[in-house]
Formats: sequence, structure tokens, C-alpha cells
Amino acid sequence: MTVATQAAPAAAQEQEMLISGSEAIAEALTLADIDVVTAYPIRPYDTVMQAIAKKIANGQLVAEYIVAEGEHSQFEIVKHASTVGARVFCGSSGVGWAYAMECLVVTPALRVPLVAMVGNRALDDPGAFGVEHNDALFVRDLGWLLCWIDSSQEALDTTLIAYRVAEDRRIFLPIAISADGAFLTHSQAITKVPSKSLVEKFLPPYNRGDLQLHPDNPITVAPQVNEDWVIEIRRQNNAATERAYTVIEEAYADFRRVFGRGPENPWFEEYMTEDAEVILMGMGTLSLPVKVAIRKMREEGKKVGLIRLRWFRPFPYEQLAEALRKAKAIGVIDRDYSFGSPFGSGVVATEVRAALYNAEHRPPLIGFICGLGGREVTLEDVYKTTEICYSAAKAGKTERATYWLGVRE
Amino acid sequence: MAETTTFSNATQVLEPFKGVKKVTIEEYFSSGHRTCQGCESALVMKLMVKAAGPRTIVLGSTGCMYVANTTYYSTPWVVPWMHTQLGSSGSAALGTAAGLKALMKKGKMKAEPINVIAFCGDGGGADMGLGAISATLTHKEYNSLILLYDNESYANTDIQVSGSSPYGAHTTFSPPGKVKRIMHTRWKKNTAGMLAAGHPECRYVATVCASYAVEMMNRVRKALTLGGPTFIHSLDPCPKGWDYDPMLSHELGELAIESGIFPLYEVEDGVLKYYGKTKAIVEGRPRKPVREYLLKQGRFAHFTEEDLEYFQAKVDQMWDKWEIPGVVCFRKDVEAKA
Repeated sequence: MTVATQAAPAAAQEQEMLISGSEAIAEALTLADIDVVTAYPIRPYDTVMQAIAKKIANGQLVAEYIVAEGEHSQFEIVKHASTVGARVFCGSSGVGWAYAMECLVVTPALRVPLVAMVGNRALDDPGAFGVEHNDALFVRDLGWLLCWIDSSQEALDTTLIAYRVAEDRRIFLPIAISADGAFLTHSQAITKVPSKSLVEKFLPPYNRGDLQLHPDNPITVAPQVNEDWVIEIRRQNNAATERAYTVIEEAYADFRRVFGRGPENPWFEEYMTEDAEVILMGMGTLSLPVKVAIRKMREEGKKVGLIRLRWFRPFPYEQLAEALRKAKAIGVIDRDYSFGSPFGSGVVATEVRAALYNAEHRPPLIGFICGLGGREVTLEDVYKTTEICYSAAKAGKTERATYWLGVRE
Repeated sequence: MAETTTFSNATQVLEPFKGVKKVTIEEYFSSGHRTCQGCESALVMKLMVKAAGPRTIVLGSTGCMYVANTTYYSTPWVVPWMHTQLGSSGSAALGTAAGLKALMKKGKMKAEPINVIAFCGDGGGADMGLGAISATLTHKEYNSLILLYDNESYANTDIQVSGSSPYGAHTTFSPPGKVKRIMHTRWKKNTAGMLAAGHPECRYVATVCASYAVEMMNRVRKALTLGGPTFIHSLDPCPKGWDYDPMLSHELGELAIESGIFPLYEVEDGVLKYYGKTKAIVEGRPRKPVREYLLKQGRFAHFTEEDLEYFQAKVDQMWDKWEIPGVVCFRKDVEAKA
């Protein structure tokens, strides 16, 4: 549903470039004029840091580029730079993201609007470079806003939107933009890159305001509060996360106004869902094989559609309940795992199931764990998913709640 | 945005205080904390920021000087202060300095030299945060000071042994027992010497002791004036962790220096200078025996004569065998042995 609401006034102010997801984010960071960026190598996210380094070396961007000695420092350095008023960027993948965990915990707690990229990667051990979403999902309960993208264009646009949302005084929370390792971080596509003047119309400068750490504003930040105040502060964080529903919708609407493109529904992309009996769901680049499979199945008369989730936090539970209202069965394809979870489902399936609990219409929901470690999600996988969903739709119940697909026995 | 031409990476020029009567009256670490009676580290905080002055940002990693100083609704900090994680004093200094530099360089903030000081305890600095401090000391384009207040244990969490605790000390993780009298058998890490030796572009590393307050403050002022990333290691007697009468804090600091256990020196642009009583020791004044220092503290009450002798022999080695006495532990007799 990437339909512009009005004629594109911006077309003349955009140029097309053949760039990868990581390079698209680097273009957006240059346009956003970031001040401090910290790098540390781990595949596949590090391609974004390579792209930024070139931008700085070539004079396209003026920013402090700090190569840290590990991810813990990488995330702490930008956290502190943000508190004095600098616009910052950071990122990681897999166990690198895990190594930074302590800092990932305190960043939303301190209301620091860091924008980070996660080049999704399987966790160790055993080693794998390929995509799994468990890394970014570590922080789902902590106040990080989480989104998944599936094209270079969406990478660029979402980065600009992320700064706009994160740095909104009503929010002041970090945002992680997840890009599937290799499938998106390294794959190039034609991407529209706007002019700087256009971006300035959309993205105001970062203003830390009364929270800025500076001798002219001698505040004490993050003292010990203990049981006297912690629960009130947690509730403030929760309130900011709830306000994100409004702020994100505002940001996308304004993005469409300024750039003349971008989705009307920020939360998820709907593909052929209008008359769909079976709705498949997932996040990230698996949308590509799913869309191809849907087109083929439609030729055979099967009414299948896709909902590709963009935002996982905040989780669009109301919007989803509405979008899934007419489905006869739902198949959620998780590129992650959650061992010991209810029904043994992946994280997204568990969340969608919870989102529908209070809904009037609760069609059978089946979880599929697929494509782990970067394994390809094939058309056969999607056909099988759909077949299982159709049997559940016919029976009006699920025989099994979770399937692992494409796994050698 | 282009780089502005007006920005310079200059530091504040803080001339040394010429005697205690010339020290400024203003306090930037005042009432509002709840440190123990006789806490030397609280004095170190007060002197540190007094030396630095009002245009300063202080970052504090987890430890006594976080928990005991900043209990919401009160704060002793007159200058801006922010908590950082236990192992993050290096990263906090670097990130704050980099943020200020970027904003000033790009004309987004009024350009002026602002002191950035990050402090850590021995747990945060000599143990967990050592890697981040080391990294920061290699980033010569960012001005900051990292001050390690070493009270020789994780004192905030009930006195547990750290890599900076002295040999044999009784802590809650190293209690003397019926079978093992000495649970902590490691020798204290030589943090300042290691950092000075390992970071050739770091312009200033010093050791200090607040028993010599003016000397201590002047080293803070020198570090901030020289700029780049700098490091100061302060030995802080701790009545709770070392188990002594709080009135003896200063005296124990003096004894640690006079017995040669903690040498006072500074390394400025690679040039080593001993100072204070340590200078006299290097020039030949006899060191006081360690016995007097150790036996004033309950944490060594289980020591036997044998333990005292072992401790003395190890300290003697620092002065008689080390290539650079008290600073670098390469042995003078390496060649002879080979």
C-alpha cells in the first residue's frame, strides 16, 4: 500500500541511486547531518559504517567518527554524546548487539533518542552470518522502538522518520531499524535520494532542551532513586511508548506531505489482503518470496494475502485486529525462535496471538518458524504454509500451533 | 553542515594553586551526599571539581561515589553530573567530549573549552572498565580526564575484593578462615604504570593522594590543561573497607606513600617525575616499614609475621628490582638471569 496521497511535489528534488540497504541508511544519515557515530566491526551491519566512513573521508558529512574497542563502548559513547545535544548513530548485529546489552538497557531509560541499525544476524553458537531476528528482539521490553524494513528505499525513508520520531520531545526514546542481513544490507536497488533542503523541511534539528548536560544547565542525571521513584519513571517510559502511536502516524503523514511518497499505514504493509481468506504475516525481506508465491497461488484461485509488519514496538495490536478481521486463517512466519514459549511459537506469532485475544473474531492462527540462520524462505515453504492454513480454515481450528519449515529431518 | 573555522580544540588553562591559601573558595561538590564518616573518596570528588572549576561536566560510573553521592532528591553536584555504567568511565568521557566537539565544530553550540571528567572506582576502572579507559587514552583528539578513586575494594556492595585490593586483605569475598588464612593471593594491579606505559600519545598520567590536597588538585589542573585524554589514579583510604577509625584516613594515606606501597608520580609527555614523599624515597630517604601501615587496618588483622614479611619483600622488590622503581615492573635482573 505505497500509494501517495497527492501528486509528488518532490520528484524534481530527488535523484535515483543504485544502493544497498546499508548504503541507503548512510545516505539518510548524511542528509540528517548526524554529529557523532561509533563503529565496531561485525557482519553484516558493518557495511553501513563503511559507507559512513567514506562519506566523512570525502567531506560529504562532518561528524565525529569513533571506532570503539567493543560494542559496549560503542553504544555508551553515543549515549553520552546524545546527552550533550549531539545527533548520534550506532548499530550492530547478532552477538555484537548482545555484547552491548547493558547499554541498550540504559539508553531508553535515560530517554536518549539514539537511532541504531541492526543488521539482523543469527546469534552464536554455532556461527552463522545469516539473518535471524532474535538479536533486535532482545530489547523489545525495554522502551526501544523497533521496526523492520524490506527495501533500500524503506531503509532511507525510515531512517529519516526514525530521527523525527525519536527526537520528538513527547518520545525521546531510541529506535532500532532492523535490516535482514545480506538480503537487505548487501543487496542493491534503485533508491530515491532526496535533496538536503527537502529533508530539512521534514526533520527539525535535535533539541535536548532542559535535559541537555552542559555547564549552563547544571542538572544531575540518573541519580539513585530506589523504590521511591523507579515505578513512576517506568510508567513515564511506558507513556512515551504509548504516545509513539500518535507521533509515528504524524511523522508518516508529514513524510508523505513533504516527499510525496511513503505508506499511508505506517504499521504494516498489506498485500492482496482485501479479499484474502488466508493471511500470511512476517517481518523483513521474506515478503519477497511470499509475494511471488501469493501471485502464483492467486492464479490457482487461492485467496491469499500478506501483512508485512513494519513496526514491532510499539506493536500495532488494534490496527492488526482490524486488518485480520475477515481472515479465515492466519499464518505467521517467524524468522526467530522463542524456546519454551506458549505453543512453542516464534515471537511474532506469540504477539499476534496475544493481540487477538480480546478481538471478536479470532481465526485459527498457526506459527511457522522458517529461514533461520539466513536459510532461504522458498516458494515451497510458502505453499506449504498456505496449505496448512487452509486446512485450519476448513476445520475452524488448528491441529498444531507451530510448524518448523524447511528443516532437514 | 560544514566545519566552522572558529573552533579550536583548546583546553582551559588552569594554573597550579600556589599553596593552600590560594585555592579558590567556591565549592562545586557540596552538601547533599551521604558518604561514610572519614570517606576519603568524597574528599577526592570535592577537590577534583574544585580544581576543575565551574565550566566542567562530571560523569560518574557506578560505585560508592555514585550511590552515596546522588540519592534522589538530593545531589552534591553544583556542576552538571551524569551517571554512567560501571565499566563505562572511558566511554562516558569520550562520548561527552566527542558530542561537545562535534556541536562546537559544526557551529551548533557556542565554542568554549569545557572540562570533561569521568570518575570510576577501582572495580569500575582497574577491573571492568579497563578496556574502555585504554581505548579512550588512544583518542588524542578528545579532551577528557579519567579519575580512578581507588579504595581498594568494591566498597559500595559490601566490600568485595577487586583487582586493586592489596594482597591478603580481608574482604567479604576473601575472608580469612580456619584452613585458608589468605584467600586473596593476588598482588595489586599496577594500573597507572600500565596505562602510562601502554599509551604513548596520552599526555598525562599521575598518581595522587588526597592526604596531600594541594598537590592532588594541581595534578587535576595540569591534566585538564594539557588536554587530550588523561588519567589520574588516586589512593583513597576507606574506613569501612579497610576497617580503621575514620579519624585516621589522612594518616593512612601518608603511610601508604611513606612506606612506598603507593608511589606518587606523574608522567607528562613521556617524562616521569616522582613528587612529594615519593621523590624523597627515590633520592634515598628510607621507606617506613609496611608493618605500621598494615597493622592499623582491620583488614590485615589476620596477618602473621610471615605475611608481613612477604608483603614487605614484595614492596622492597618494587623499589630494588623494578626497572623504573614503583612504576614499571620489568625486572632489572632479567639479563643477569638469562
